[in-house]
Amino acid sequence: MRENKGIFDNIDWITLGLYLVLVLMGWANIYAAVYSEEHQSITDLSQQYGKQMLFIASSLILGLLVLSIDGRLYDNLAYFLYGLTVVLLVLVLVAGKEVNGARSWFAIGGFTLQPSEFAKFSTALALARFLSTRGVTVLKWKYRWVALALFLVPGLIILPQPDAGSFLVYLAFFFVLFREGLPGIYLWMGFGAIVLFLLSLLLPQMWLLSGIALIAALAIYFNRKKKGFWLGAAAVALVAAGVVTSVDYAFNNLLEDRHRNRINILLGKAHDPKGIGYNTTQSLIAIGSGGFKGKGFKQGTQTKFNFVPEQSTDFIFCTIGEEWGFVGSVVVVGLFVALLSRLVMMAERQKSAFSRIYGYGVISILFIHFFVNIAMALGLAPVIGIPLPFFSYGGSSLWGFTLLLFIFLRLDAYRMQIL
Amino acid sequence: MLQNRRYFFYFLFAVTGIVFAVRLFYIQILDDQYKLSAENNVVRIIREFPPRGMVYDRNGKLLVANQVAYDLMVVPQQVKGLDTSSLAFLLEISTDELRGRLKRSRSYSRYKPTAVSRQLMGKMLTHLQEELFRFPGFFIQKRTLRTYPYPLAANVVGSVGEVNEAFIKRNPKYQMGDLVGVSGLEKSYETELRGEAGVKRIMVDVHNREKGSFAQGSYDTAAVPGAVITSTLDFDLQVYGEQLMQGKRGSIVAIEPATGEILALVTSPNFDPNLLVGQQRGNAYAQLLADSISKPLYDRALLAEYPPGSPFKLVNALIGLQTGAITPQSAFSCHHGFHFGSLTVACHCSGGTMALEEGIYKSCNNYFCTTYKRIIEAFPSAHEGMDQWSKMVKSFGLGQYLNNDLPTGRKGFVPDADYFDRAFGNTYWRAVSTISMGIGQGELVVTPVQLANVAAIIGNRGWYITPHIVKEINNQPHPNPRFREKQYTLVDSVHFPVVVEGMYQVFERGTAAGSKLPGLTMCGKTGTAENPHGQDHSIFLAFAPKANPKIAIAIFVENGYWGSRWAAPIASLMMEKYITQQVTRPALEKRMIEGSLEAEYQRQLTNPGPLKKKK
Repeated sequence: MRENKGIFDNIDWITLGLYLVLVLMGWANIYAAVYSEEHQSITDLSQQYGKQMLFIASSLILGLLVLSIDGRLYDNLAYFLYGLTVVLLVLVLVAGKEVNGARSWFAIGGFTLQPSEFAKFSTALALARFLSTRGVTVLKWKYRWVALALFLVPGLIILPQPDAGSFLVYLAFFFVLFREGLPGIYLWMGFGAIVLFLLSLLLPQMWLLSGIALIAALAIYFNRKKKGFWLGAAAVALVAAGVVTSVDYAFNNLLEDRHRNRINILLGKAHDPKGIGYNTTQSLIAIGSGGFKGKGFKQGTQTKFNFVPEQSTDFIFCTIGEEWGFVGSVVVVGLFVALLSRLVMMAERQKSAFSRIYGYGVISILFIHFFVNIAMALGLAPVIGIPLPFFSYGGSSLWGFTLLLFIFLRLDAYRMQIL
Repeated sequence: MLQNRRYFFYFLFAVTGIVFAVRLFYIQILDDQYKLSAENNVVRIIREFPPRGMVYDRNGKLLVANQVAYDLMVVPQQVKGLDTSSLAFLLEISTDELRGRLKRSRSYSRYKPTAVSRQLMGKMLTHLQEELFRFPGFFIQKRTLRTYPYPLAANVVGSVGEVNEAFIKRNPKYQMGDLVGVSGLEKSYETELRGEAGVKRIMVDVHNREKGSFAQGSYDTAAVPGAVITSTLDFDLQVYGEQLMQGKRGSIVAIEPATGEILALVTSPNFDPNLLVGQQRGNAYAQLLADSISKPLYDRALLAEYPPGSPFKLVNALIGLQTGAITPQSAFSCHHGFHFGSLTVACHCSGGTMALEEGIYKSCNNYFCTTYKRIIEAFPSAHEGMDQWSKMVKSFGLGQYLNNDLPTGRKGFVPDADYFDRAFGNTYWRAVSTISMGIGQGELVVTPVQLANVAAIIGNRGWYITPHIVKEINNQPHPNPRFREKQYTLVDSVHFPVVVEGMYQVFERGTAAGSKLPGLTMCGKTGTAENPHGQDHSIFLAFAPKANPKIAIAIFVENGYWGSRWAAPIASLMMEKYITQQVTRPALEKRMIEGSLEAEYQRQLTNPGPLKKKK
């Protein structure tokens, strides 16, 4: 066993490098997105880019701090941190500050903190801790329930803030369960449910139900020699029918108007470029007008002149698309794919289950943010307000993602010390 | 092996990356609509109106200038979430009115800007500018309107109007809301005065606030201002002429003989050209047009055709001398008129035997009827004589368009043999059949500007330069060489002095002796033209000074009785004013300015028809 000499020993420089590149690109794009003639300095603290500089600096300090702590500590602190953030999530519902209709922030002095950003890494820690416990396996239902509860509970607490986006993030932990042995059928069922969900929004309910019945009947007919097949097929058909009817009910009765509208726009059922679909339209215009090479740094008219809403946070990708064009956009997508792949590689080389599972937690969270955020900007997903990791403006989210990633970096560096 | 599930993740990331890249490729490279949308979002094309050219008088006095006005424009396609009632409140119009205007804008074009409200001023404009960010799709456009520092010469300067759709179709350079000259100088010098519109592309943000120029202004073009036009008009003379003509219908045309430059072009009654500017234009125009009695929109100086009367005797004298029909010494006896068989043309000269000079200053009808008869009879046939006479008369610029640089005009009429064949229905008419030509009556008609040109010809002793109203464009001499070319009449210059002498005697001892001014050698000829509606027209033709004329003038005062009553004194005052820059006869001036023929005009309205005949 080697001596632990410094905090950068055994660190994965590729990941660290990708992190730094993404963070700095994000800063530059925030600067370009909200740039104004009156405040030209990128370090102007009255502007978002000036504040982001502080957030980046503090994140780096936070990262160094994380790296300097003994890796074993995270294993031990997992439940404590999890418990702490769950309490904070409950507290914020009661004592939080309301911004834009969402009660997601604690106001401390001049700063605001968003506990849901920190709950992501603590949930990943807790899930890793639980699943790495000797004897725990996702193949057994009694453990599955606990694992599910571990990540669905914070998700459900966040939901009424309201923050449907964050809830979606917590669903990503299913990927972790999958990697740890959850049968693939559940993942396929998940995809199937999403397809059915979309179909049930697009097609009249009667058509779908008839279609399901027809497919089930045909399947049973062709497999009539198989003993007991009809029972299983009927059960699947029933569940599918149940999904269809409940989606219909949920869509029309449970969802709020704004969500319903957003989904309708996305499905092309309502064309309303100046209304609810305004965000998506302007986002597409911004990205589409970038062309191959883009309009150049600070030359994006869509973002600079505020045609794109939330251009420094949820729609930061528009600035990339508009000012850096196809080239820049593909580079950014490529950097994320590279980072995620690198993290999978790293997760797989872990000797401890805890580190590996935590690694997959990190991957799942980063992926769902990356996927939903860019898909939304490109008009492939409904408008769901979640940030693009490392890019979007905001202290809480940058700190949250930094903690998430750097804990894994620390665990990875520490892997050599585990025999 | 669960480790193999890692490949699911690699696969998932790869698929996501590819889907994003394909989508990006599609919207950023294949599909152009987003680029256009982005430009539409952010770029406003502002037309930079060129300031229309200014017009000065010959001495640099500003006659036509510009004033700034602000219009509220709308691009209907960009309007969203319009608060109609608060915009209507700001514009101080009713909501329904605003809705109507917006509807009209939409039906014209959804993408091109149209004006919602014109000529905003003062507080309304300031408030609107402050609140404009609340009304996406609306913007304020600066434009210039005409303004006339002096309510003067409306017939000369003309007016501008807004182009309509039909006009734009024919002239694609213009756009809705552009102004175009519709009369006077504004019309005939439209190309010069218009200038070239510039285009400015500015960027606006989502709140419709200006954010600087698009692409550093590389697509912008500057507006080229219209040319500065220096008119030939003499401001003081024009003012004085309009003053003298008030209360009378008629016209004054004054020309500088050496150059053909029109010094004054007065038509009466006239109107303030400022009436035809801006929003009030439509109503004011309709009112002026509706005045079918005094017809203020009718430029009598250019359009009215009158029999020239006695001044035409000068032309006959010159043709007679040229053709050898008479010599300066030819003497005819007048016995109260010209008698030929049963035909009599009465004459009010004192009678007796007189030579040409006396015939002119006494305006003897007999003398010129005889001259005319001799001219026609100097040729083998009456037809040939008629045609030769007609040709020579036309060489004085009569019976044809002068082709000056004003947009309206009339040919007048000089008959020829063909005409009389048709008029008489036979071909065996003789000189005496058309004897009224001898004294400028009958079929012969001229416009005041033509008659002024005849005065210039006599002053020049045989030539003229086409009368024109513009002297310089952008301080360069008029580019049209036509306005520098001498046009010679068919009468040699040697024949002119005796006629000039006769005209001089008109002031010295003839019909205009009352208008004589010591110290200024003026030459003139009175005229009294019959007209079927009422009193005869008072006509005067003159130039001064005799040796080297600076001004030639023709005056018509409708129903002004006889030439020496109105036209001659007015001409005399005008020439004095122009040449000496002062007026030494205040009593005469007062009588002329205050004199009014309104009573006669009223009488014609209630009791049409001639009151009495006078010759």
